[in-house]
Amino acid sequence: MPNMPEPVVSRRGVLAGGAATAVVATSHASARTGDRPAADPAPVKVSFKVNGERHDLTLDTRTTLLDALREHLHLTGTKKGCDHGQCGACTVLVDGVRINSCLSLAVMHEGDDVTTIEGLGTPEKLHPLQAAFVKHDGYQCGYCTPGQICSAVGVLDEIKRGVPSHVQADIAVSPAFSNIELRERMSGNICRCGAYSNIAEAIADVAGEKA
Amino acid sequence: MKAFTYERAHDPVAAARAVAARPGARFIAGGTNLLDLMKIEVETPVHLVDVQDLKLDRIEPTDAGGLRIGALVTNTDLATDSRVRRDYGVLSRAIVAGASGQLRNKATTAGNLLQRTRCAYFYDTNMPCNKRKPGSGCAAIGGISRQLAVIGSSDKCIATHPSDMAVAMRLLDATVETVNSAGETRAIPIADFHRLPGDTPHIETALAPGELITAVTLPKPIGGRHIYEKVRDRASYAFALVSVAAVIQPDGTGRVALGGVAHKPWRDAAAEAELPRGARAVTAKLLAGAKPTHDNAFKLPLAERTLAAAMAEARTTA
Repeated sequence: MPNMPEPVVSRRGVLAGGAATAVVATSHASARTGDRPAADPAPVKVSFKVNGERHDLTLDTRTTLLDALREHLHLTGTKKGCDHGQCGACTVLVDGVRINSCLSLAVMHEGDDVTTIEGLGTPEKLHPLQAAFVKHDGYQCGYCTPGQICSAVGVLDEIKRGVPSHVQADIAVSPAFSNIELRERMSGNICRCGAYSNIAEAIADVAGEKA
Repeated sequence: MKAFTYERAHDPVAAARAVAARPGARFIAGGTNLLDLMKIEVETPVHLVDVQDLKLDRIEPTDAGGLRIGALVTNTDLATDSRVRRDYGVLSRAIVAGASGQLRNKATTAGNLLQRTRCAYFYDTNMPCNKRKPGSGCAAIGGISRQLAVIGSSDKCIATHPSDMAVAMRLLDATVETVNSAGETRAIPIADFHRLPGDTPHIETALAPGELITAVTLPKPIGGRHIYEKVRDRASYAFALVSVAAVIQPDGTGRVALGGVAHKPWRDAAAEAELPRGARAVTAKLLAGAKPTHDNAFKLPLAERTLAAAMAEARTTA
């Protein structure tokens, strides 16, 4: 999640934590925890479309949509950054809406229509946002780029659909594209190389606006 | 992540029954907070009941002139709804002040109310935490507590509730509607929904095990200027240090609730009565009895100044 708690390590805390492990959980807590079966549960079947193609998978329930895409379907364009919804590298479109694929279980996507970076364009025929990222040099290492581009596809659609944002002066009116809107709406995608200004130029170019 | 079994429920009572029948079972909707916590094994459900097919994703007018918001309405859809933006602007504003676009697309209305604290010691399984492991102690007390509660805390827990949406819901006197495994329904005023930590910080809401939120209802609109001011360490995608939800009427009366200061959204009728006398008078009453730590004492003057900013904004946009 955003603004994850800062790592807290102190000698005092570590010592206190070590001592605390000896404390027996209350009966209330164990009732909430429940009994866990000794054997792992059986894998579960799930079917969904990725980039127009239907896939039938049998997965451990713990498999995230991100791991299903990367490890099972070998669509490695979608990246694993933080795996906690903080960095946006795993952003994909599900039924046209951008989400963090790391924070969603694959088995919850029965019947869904998933679009990844591989489904947006091809090397021969780039999606306009892909072409714009190349043109404006909207990356350095490129690791966050698939997530940035999928997120940008979602952002442009959200503005078109009138989804409001924090930076609007009047929440009741339809939003208009601007650099400040773009920065707010893309805040769930982190670029540690710091290519933000070029990313904004690329998205603005596709939106037909000035960044 | 610990292993778990999974089922997809098709009606609310069946979902409640599935969770009530199995100790350690949990509902899952958007999953944005639950899965995050499952990955670090702060949450370790043995069974997940997926509620996405329960058809609780509509926003409908109520007979009382308000709105009934289905439990599964996403944060994005709720913030975008034209009736919410027109009549309950503080709610739209609070929602878009929180999380990221990707998270708001997945997070639900009920899930937002039920999200867990972001206290660093709750997340760190090497640390004692009475909320995560009852009886183990609180590493936050005497630890790094800049983000944590200044009021309503106990000697067992100083966590804050992280939601922005819940602060607006509290301001608007929302009601949480639920159903249990016997099919019994109840309506819980939002003021009674979130609990203070007391001696049992692991019990965070008024919900019984297996009780499912079906909707959150809003009373009829109250007019006034709707403001949500959030102060945080960066301009976007961060939790509140302090937030102020306010509805200010033309005569200077109104309502105020604070986020980022307590284990629940913080509101008090006697403090609201001071609104015509200014921010200092309001926060003096609202935060009377505050017990800040060395790290977070700044939240008291910050709350006053944030409220003053909200009141100034209400005057300029009136």
